[in-house]
Parts: sequence; structure tokens; C-alpha cells
Amino acid sequence: MRYVVLIAYEPGEWDASDEQARKEVFDAHHAFERFVDERGRRLESAALADADTATTIRHGADGPVVTDGPFVELAEQVGGYYDVELPDLDTAIAAAKLLPRSYTVEVRPTVRMDGDQSL
Amino acid sequence: MTGAAADEGPLARVVREEWGRLVSLLLARFRRLDLVEDALGDAVETAARRWPRDGVPDNPAAWLHTAARRRILDRLRAEAMALRKVPLLVVEGEGVAERAGAVRADPGGLVEDDLLRLVLMCSHPALDPAAASALTLRLVLGVGTGDVARLFLVPEPTMAARLTRAKKKIVTAGIPFAVPSADELPERLDVLAQTAYLAFTAGYAPGSGPDAVRAELAGEALRLVRVVLGLRPGEPVLTALLALMLLQHSRRDARVDAHGAIVLLPDQDRSRWHHDEVAEALALLASPALTGPVTVQAAGYAVQARIAAEHATAPDAASTRWDRVVAHYDTLLDLAPTPSAQLARAVAVAEADGPRAGLALLDGLDDQLPQSHRLPAVRAELLSRAGDVRGAQAAYALAISRCANDAERALLLQRRESLDR
Repeated sequence: MRYVVLIAYEPGEWDASDEQARKEVFDAHHAFERFVDERGRRLESAALADADTATTIRHGADGPVVTDGPFVELAEQVGGYYDVELPDLDTAIAAAKLLPRSYTVEVRPTVRMDGDQSL
Repeated sequence: MTGAAADEGPLARVVREEWGRLVSLLLARFRRLDLVEDALGDAVETAARRWPRDGVPDNPAAWLHTAARRRILDRLRAEAMALRKVPLLVVEGEGVAERAGAVRADPGGLVEDDLLRLVLMCSHPALDPAAASALTLRLVLGVGTGDVARLFLVPEPTMAARLTRAKKKIVTAGIPFAVPSADELPERLDVLAQTAYLAFTAGYAPGSGPDAVRAELAGEALRLVRVVLGLRPGEPVLTALLALMLLQHSRRDARVDAHGAIVLLPDQDRSRWHHDEVAEALALLASPALTGPVTVQAAGYAVQARIAAEHATAPDAASTRWDRVVAHYDTLLDLAPTPSAQLARAVAVAEADGPRAGLALLDGLDDQLPQSHRLPAVRAELLSRAGDVRGAQAAYALAISRCANDAERALLLQRRESLDR
């Protein structure tokens, strides 16, 4: 099974944290990565820049509209993701529990897109 | 559905008793939730036609299993021809063919294990709790979709869609057909217990609709807990929950009168309580399963069961040991300080120390229970006992406006009227 692990956290939290807090965050990520490597594999991952640097593009009646900011304004913003392969949801949940406690984590399975003959 | 086994035909009986085992056995082998359920449904239809004509087979469950298995194999062959890719259910470990062989070689333990896998899959915390309850009744207990819909008071198409969505999530999200590791299992059994209790409460005290009690659904939820406790004997959370359910369920015949109206605890005919079930619950509460360390949830069910046991063992309403009931509520509030437990404790305090003492404890609950009809109903009752008729009338009016259950509202209307006399 392939899952995208979406990470949400409060904007500004990282800038406000001290060295010790940052070390704990790194340790948690390393624990997550070790766990995934033992049971499956990591395909991709990225930490995202703050949501206030996002640009949103929508198609309106008069064509594409470009606006400043993320597509939903929420207290929590998506701040990064892992794209992983793991045996099942229970393993993915166990991995997600290892990520820093300040995160809210969404685990979403990916689907194969049928119908595109060029793939 | 909850009729005595003697009233059931052999087909209804085998569906009732063996459905979960058949589903789990076929799932372990084929991993296809969609095919398994359809194939078993077809097998039951075929049996309904053939058994009356050809006679009931010696082993009805094996007959259904064989018929369903053939049906699945046919479908798999047809799909292989069409080269359609369908997502498989995730099963613990690889080598499904080997595992299927193992099931045949040793039907005892492994088959029971498969049933536990099925139960835990249906009650997975990643599923919506209400959908998980319904799915568990459908797949583990073999309750038909139409009956599940009726039990949960939703139209059948709504329930069918809810069940389909839950099954789709199981397959798409990769919820495994597996027993979790020993350190995860207690947590998962807690969720399973919540799932069963949700179904039980929907039957025991329906929030809406015409009936005061829907004993059928409560009975099915109770059966679910019995089945799982059979798989995990001595499991504290299931032991405590079964005791609690038995004690509440034992009053089912006395809780409504001949016209379907609610009869409150003090007015119930105690000879109509099922005293065998009370005895079973008391034995469960005294069992070693509940003497060791247990999860907060198991402890919560156990203390609620002990509260119910105080009522069940009092020879009449006047002899109820309200002091002990209040002490049990104190324990419950230490475990989980919920507003509904605070409300129930206030009632017990009113019984022990008088209505004014109870009323004082209701202050501050309004913010926490803004929609509840029970809070103003309790306040009305206690105000009326304290002699404040005008206050009681206002509180009854609020309770009546909030109450969505017809039988409960009828009782509230009747209590308000009796104030004037």
C-alpha cells in the first residue's frame, strides 16, 4: 500500500521553538524514518515553506485567477509530507504516531489512475 | 431476529450463528470483501430454495461455505478473463494460499483467530463509529442490511450506502484483516467495546423515534460482546461491558407498559426483570478478570455495572442503597468526569439527601449539556419534589421542547400535567 502522510502544524511554531525542542522534532522524524525503512520504504518527502508563501490558482468564469495564500485558511497548515510504501493502515498509523507530538497527521492512501493510456 | 432458536428455521439459525465465521474464513482465503459478502448472500438464497425441497444438509454451515467458495472461484475466473484489477484486502503476512491450507489443516484455533480478525477490522478506529457498529452487525452477526437499517432507524438505501462506504474505506485505506500486536490489542478491544456499546445504547435508549426501548438492537449488541468474549475469554473490558449490558437489558420487559409508555425505575415491576441475567452479570463483576489492573474504559464499564447492580439487587425501590450509588458515581467521575455522569450523580444525591442537594449539583451543567432534554427533565422533577411548581413547569416545558423520542416526551407531558393536580 502507498500512503501520503500529510503533516499539519501551527504556523510560526518552528521559529518559536528552542534548540532542545528542535532536536526533539528531528529525533521524532528519524524514529519515523527508521520505522518506515524497516517495514516498507520511503518514496519522497518534503518540508514546505510557510503557508503565507503559497500561491493559489483557481479557474473562474473569466479564466484562471491567481491569488496569494493557501487554498484553505485554517489554524493548522500543511507543513510537509512523506510519500511511503507500507503493508497496511495499522503500520502507517503506528509510523505516524512516532512523528512530533505537536503535529496533526493525516494518512491518505494513494490510488492508481486508470484510463491514462500513456502511463 | 431475537426470537427463540426453536422458532427459527435451520437456515435462519445457521446464518445467525455462523455468518461471522463464514465471512472470516472466506476473507482469510480470498481477501475480497466485495465477493465474499455477495457470494454468501447468493449461497443463502440458493439454500432458501433448495433446502425445503432437497432436505437440510447434515452440516449447513459447510454447505454454505462450499456454495459461496464455488461462487467466488467462478467470479475470480471471470475476472481473470476480463483482466480486471481489483484491490485486495490486506491480510497479515503473505502467502495466502499457505494460510488457507493451514485453515483446513487446523480449523480450531485459526478459524477463531479469523473471526477475531474480522471483528477488529469492522471496528477499526479509522472507521466512522456509527458505520463501524452497523458493519459489525452486518458482517459478524449476519444481520441483513434491511434489518440493520431498521435497527439504526435510517432508510435502507442510506444504510446500504453507509455500509458500502465503510467497506470501500477498509479496502482503499488498507485497514488490515489482522490481529494487532499484544501492545495494541487492548486499545483496539476498547474501540470494539465502544462500537458494541454504541449499538446497545441506540437500542436501549433511542435518542429519537417512537419507541422507548428497542430490545432487538440491544440484544444483538449483547450477542456481539458474547461472541468476542468467547474469542478472548477473561478480557476485562468485554467482561465489564457484558455485565453492564446484561444488567440494563435485564429490565427490558419492565421498562415499558402494555401501551409502550416508559415505566421509570422506581415504578417497575421487579418480578419482570430477567433475574438469570442479573445473576450472570453479578458473577462477571466478581470474576478475576476485573480484579487486576484494567484500562480506564474497562474500569468505567465496571463501575457503571456496579451502579446498575445496586438497583438490580435492591428488593424494592425504597431499599436502594443510594449512598453506595453516590459513591460509585464518585468513582466514575474520577475516571471520566462527563456531564452526563455528573447529572446521574446529582439524581442519586437527590435520592440520598433530598431534592435541594440534587438541584445544587445541577448548577453549571447547562453550559455542558445545552441540547439535553434530560437535564431540564431532572431539574423539573427535583423542583416539583422541592415544592417549586412554577419552576418545575418551566423546566418541563424546556425538556419537552428538546426531546426527540416520542415515548419519553409522552412521559414528560404526563409529569407536567400531574403538577396541576
